[in-house]
Amino acid sequence: MAQPAIEETPGSGTRHAEETSAPPAGHGEHEGFVKKYLFSTDHKMIAKQYLFTGMFMALIGAFMVYAFRVQLAFPGSHVPGFGVVGPNEYNALVTNHGSIMVFWVAMPVLIAAFGNYLIPLMLGCDDMAFPRLNRLSYQVFFLSVVVLLISLFVPGGGFGGAWTAYPPLSSKAEYSLTPLGSTLWLCAVILEFVAFLIGGINFVTTTMNSRAPGMKLYDIPIVVWMIVIATLVFMASVGPLVAGAVMLLFDQLLGTAFYDPTRGGDPLLWQHLFWFFGHPEVYVVLLPACGIVAEVITVFSRKKLFGYKTVLYTAFATGIVSFFVWAHHQFVAGIDPRMANVFTATTVIISLPVAEMIFVYVATLYGGSIRLTTPMLWALAFIAEFIIGGVTGLFLGASGSDIYLHDTYFVLAHFHYTFVPIAIISVFAGITYWFPKMFGRHMNETLGKIHFWGTIIPFNGIFIPLFLLGLAGQHRRIYSYEGFPELARPELQQLRIIATVSLIVMLSFQLVFLFNFVRSMLRGRTAERNPWKANTLEWVAASPPPHGNFETMPVVYRGPYEYSVPGRDEDYWPQNQPA
Amino acid sequence: MKPIATTRSATGIPTGRLAVWWLIASEIVIFGGLLASYVMHRIGHAEFGDYAAHTNTWAGALNTLVLLTSSLSAVLAHEAAEKRDGPRAARMLLFTILGGAVFLVVKGFEWTTEIRHGFTITTNMFWSFYYTAAGLHALHVIAGMIAMAFVARGALANRELQRVELVGNYWHFVDIVWIFLFPLLYIAK
Amino acid sequence: MSGYPSAASSYAGDIDGLILFIAVLVFFWGILVELIFFGFIFKFREKKGQKAQYVTGEDKRQKRWISIPHALVFVCDVFIIIAAVRVWADVKQTLPKPDATVRVISQQWAWTFVHPGPDGALDTADDITTVDDLHLELGKTYHYELESKDVVHSFSVPAFRLKQDAVPGRTIRGWFRPIQEGTFDVQCAEICGIGHGLMPAIVKVESPAEHARWMEEAGRGALAAAPRLRAP
Repeated sequence: MAQPAIEETPGSGTRHAEETSAPPAGHGEHEGFVKKYLFSTDHKMIAKQYLFTGMFMALIGAFMVYAFRVQLAFPGSHVPGFGVVGPNEYNALVTNHGSIMVFWVAMPVLIAAFGNYLIPLMLGCDDMAFPRLNRLSYQVFFLSVVVLLISLFVPGGGFGGAWTAYPPLSSKAEYSLTPLGSTLWLCAVILEFVAFLIGGINFVTTTMNSRAPGMKLYDIPIVVWMIVIATLVFMASVGPLVAGAVMLLFDQLLGTAFYDPTRGGDPLLWQHLFWFFGHPEVYVVLLPACGIVAEVITVFSRKKLFGYKTVLYTAFATGIVSFFVWAHHQFVAGIDPRMANVFTATTVIISLPVAEMIFVYVATLYGGSIRLTTPMLWALAFIAEFIIGGVTGLFLGASGSDIYLHDTYFVLAHFHYTFVPIAIISVFAGITYWFPKMFGRHMNETLGKIHFWGTIIPFNGIFIPLFLLGLAGQHRRIYSYEGFPELARPELQQLRIIATVSLIVMLSFQLVFLFNFVRSMLRGRTAERNPWKANTLEWVAASPPPHGNFETMPVVYRGPYEYSVPGRDEDYWPQNQPA
Repeated sequence: MKPIATTRSATGIPTGRLAVWWLIASEIVIFGGLLASYVMHRIGHAEFGDYAAHTNTWAGALNTLVLLTSSLSAVLAHEAAEKRDGPRAARMLLFTILGGAVFLVVKGFEWTTEIRHGFTITTNMFWSFYYTAAGLHALHVIAGMIAMAFVARGALANRELQRVELVGNYWHFVDIVWIFLFPLLYIAK
Repeated sequence: MSGYPSAASSYAGDIDGLILFIAVLVFFWGILVELIFFGFIFKFREKKGQKAQYVTGEDKRQKRWISIPHALVFVCDVFIIIAAVRVWADVKQTLPKPDATVRVISQQWAWTFVHPGPDGALDTADDITTVDDLHLELGKTYHYELESKDVVHSFSVPAFRLKQDAVPGRTIRGWFRPIQEGTFDVQCAEICGIGHGLMPAIVKVESPAEHARWMEEAGRGALAAAPRLRAP
């Protein structure tokens, strides 16, 4: 049980042969509530903190979209639970819905929650390499949440310049009319970036160094690779925006003119800095989602992942190419028109690695023995819906067609057909799949399936009408179309109402999930160690794992996807089982 | 009481060193973005050269010397740590911290003089970039000094000596950023 | 499709054609992949006593099932890029010789249009300035000079398939030729503050006779010869 004697000098790459067990159990036993739940350094607790915070913020983001979609369907009406949504409330709701869903739901849940929970367990170690740094990252993140929520209630109201925050609207209070809201929003975003930069260091170093003995690079589960690649993309892309955000903050607070064209500045500088990050960011959240889906479809089709290395290469290729496409968000922004052609080429080309990944996932199903459990339903739905999202991006990446479709609801529908699979569908796949491990209990399958159908069907009911509205020329971020004769027509208003009603149905079904989640956590059927008969190392630990994770630190003998190997009785072969 | 995760090293490189390299990498992108924005502006505005004439090149040069010397003492601290001489490493780190302090004091004099002459952060685009870039750098100097103080305290008791190298690497990065800032802000006239 | 705006400019048809071309390719691939996907789910559903196959995907023959569709997608991508660049070059990179130039000035929260008047030249005594309605003559080739007095706006006329952001501190030039008479919406296509949805405008495309009549009446009105409204 001994902890190996660790020299304080730099390590020498050995795997300590005496490593057999986790740190002494006394470490966690008499911890008070505060130390165990609020100031924990245990990666599993920090993961749950991120998960619950993300889920809470999702409720807020959902409330916001409810309010503004009711306004769009029934302009001028009193929205139950909110009041009248005027033009300034509308802008603040739209801005904060978008910001919250990307920065305070997708990022914390996909990267910080799943990353923190899974990486040490799947790599067969007892925690992250830097547990206290890990705790610090959550604390900074928590601070960003507080700052953002405060920004909604200050005099002048919350920031309403869209999540893209283009100056001069965002830099001058005389234009935005929300001086406090703008600055607090910006500070919240900067803090969130810092939290993820800190957290990211843990993910990368732990994966590089803290793997179980015998685990080679190609034995690492795909979801871990995906989170690491996403972290690298994030770290490489957010820097210029941090610089740009500091410049915007100074414009707001000190009266500098970085983005003020009347005093030598350039509004387009912000746009480039923002989108240089903003585009890779969507792949930062896409890759972990794809990772979760890979884990689920292999387990529930009892099949090896078709082309592990191919998936890896496509993930790296996507990450790298994503740095060269950003100006497709700026085709009509006033950039040199010749540049647009370059970005059309790169943007259309990025469809290739992503398409290849989808093809590989579909091929993984071939010859499988597919069990349609709740997690599997979600994972399959991810693929089906993301295909729609992905292909509709081509209309926007092609500069000529983007002239018409830019800033219309077509864009909105495209990115929700990608983002909802990413931030919601794959997340439900992950939660329902790993719930038994995280909480030691099973979720209810029937409720799970009701929740699934009650989410997926209305989801399409929201966004197909929005594609049509976009093709009809309807622009975004406008609180009512009554003033536009071409758009105020009854057929188009019908589409808006269908979308809103579908949204309300979809949101209602989330109550089923919440009920299932909480009840299962408290009273669900006890879960065994490996209820899904999966191969990866997290299923070796107890459900839930104790502090330190493993009674005996695992050693790895094979890759993570050896399912249905011919000649064996069992159709799975855990990574840590000797040959 | 460290987790096993902290002490394993599948790559052969100590995890702490990897972490500091990744930290430096992300900082490079932050400063890179800021300086790239500055350079784009500079290329389009020849008058920046005239504005930059009002910076104090001697103070900038002195600060460059100070930072380079403090990096030298950081290297000496690392050498001492390798020899397991904690107290000497702590002493060398103290010199580095002192170097950082001198840097900040000189900067203080510089900025006070410039502000008294009417060159504030809002005077024009050059000065906005000047104060922002140098200010962001100064914040990193302060952070480095604080981190170094903590490491020095441990080193005095011969604890966690591997951190001396790590904090030194961070300090070298801070130094290198200044090596870029100095010509861009002071010399390119 | 009802609700789809008319193609009222000379390049609207090209843009629509590009959208249709992409749609055909996208629907083809999308439906094909979805069918195969759902087909597999059905065909390979769990059956008692039947084990799944062990397919590594590393074998050359297996890889071809991915690499061949992949190559075909690449070919489609190349066609899309070429088609897109052609339309883009025509709309955004070329500026055909104009019959007239109009100035479009966006601000929080209105559109000001400066028409060149009967002499066809801007910044002359017979210029006509209007707010929130732009009068154009059918069949004429127009340049627009697009400006903003405060924040980033965007001049969008869906019926023309025209869109260009207005950036303060710049004058951005573009072109169009109206080919259909009628009244068409102008929307601001970049969020510009509280009034972003409160700045609708209209474009009126008139026959030559009607347009001449409008110029005469407006010219006699109070808004003639407004000085050039340039931001400082």
